[in-house]
Amino acid sequence: MNKRRPYVRPMAGWWRKNPFFVEYMIHEGTALFVAAYALILLTGLVYLSRGEAAWNVWLEGLKNPWYIAFHWLTLAAMCYHTYTWFKIMPRTMPPVIVGGKRLPDFAITGSGLAVAATASLAMLGLVWGMAR
Amino acid sequence: MSENQRIIEIEVLRYNPETDKEPSRQVFEVPFTDDMSVLQGVQYIKDYLDGSLSFRWSCRMAICGSCGMMINGEPSLSCETFLRDYYPARVRVEALAHFPIEKDLVINMEGFIEKLESIQPYIIPKEERTLAQGEYLQTPAQLASYEQFSSCINCMLCYAACPQFGLNAEFIGPAAMALLHRYNIDSRDAGKAERMELVNSEEGVFNCTAVGYCSEVCPKHVDPANAVNQNKTNSAADYFLRFLTPKGGAK
Ligand code: SF4
Ligand code: FES
Repeated sequence: MNKRRPYVRPMAGWWRKNPFFVEYMIHEGTALFVAAYALILLTGLVYLSRGEAAWNVWLEGLKNPWYIAFHWLTLAAMCYHTYTWFKIMPRTMPPVIVGGKRLPDFAITGSGLAVAATASLAMLGLVWGMAR
Repeated sequence: MSENQRIIEIEVLRYNPETDKEPSRQVFEVPFTDDMSVLQGVQYIKDYLDGSLSFRWSCRMAICGSCGMMINGEPSLSCETFLRDYYPARVRVEALAHFPIEKDLVINMEGFIEKLESIQPYIIPKEERTLAQGEYLQTPAQLASYEQFSSCINCMLCYAACPQFGLNAEFIGPAAMALLHRYNIDSRDAGKAERMELVNSEEGVFNCTAVGYCSEVCPKHVDPANAVNQNKTNSAADYFLRFLTPKGGAK
């Protein structure tokens, strides 16, 4: 008789078992804030399509301290998401060879973050300029 | 006993398929010196405390890839992990996660071996060459492009680090994909089209959600996550190219 009886361990709660997985879940979780923010902007668009009065109601709503707090929270989540996203970027792309040498991971992560920061600041400047 | 010998507690997840319904923990008190690895601690248990303890090992120098265990929850080669780094706390050892436990610290690796075979881990030449035609030549740059992916020692730590493999044992997984990639990008090889079918399949790369822990635990810096993720791009290209090329990419 075959005495083998391989035991398969359960996977329930796997992401709590290792700090690396917890970090991964937080990273994935921050994507929900991106979705939430897209919904907010979309609502704004709907109000805009209903005319100036509706649009002003939406703008007024944004001034609610809870809403402002939520914006700060979203900003923090977005920053964290951006950071972790570029942190894994070197793992997702073919090696970049510069001058016969392979570009180190931190250079790829660094350039990604720099581009993200520049693009965000440019956007901010543009919108700021238009709003004034 | 030498004066620098201390006692450390090693907690082992035991499982005997003939008597146990499920695994349970057992704690051993093991005298150790600073130069002793976790593997040597486990060997001490087998030699002096409980001869029935089962585990795999061979080279004791991080090259055969057989001594992988979960050590305090992290996939590690037990021969290059040292007891002194855990003392005075207890060190917990358990069979590699996500694999079925055969007995104690021994896992069932049949699925992994099948995956290794399935990727055709050998050079499939463009055309037959006779011996007289000599060897295939390769430039240092061509070698460098795949060398990292050829350093794998099949220790399976990356599988124990991959929750997606834990959730779906069919997933071809990090090491097999790294080896597949190693052959696909070898300048002497022409088997890419065949191997892409596996990359694109249900068991293929899109099971990966870029957790990245596999590359973190790899003792040989293979960076299997990189191989998997590069092949997501390859797979997408394969898919779209079939609309452009007359012969088609994937089937
Ligand atoms: S890729 Fe690294 S962790 Fe995975 S089996 Fe090979 S050597 Fe081990
Ligand atoms: S015993 Fe060979 S890798 Fe540890």
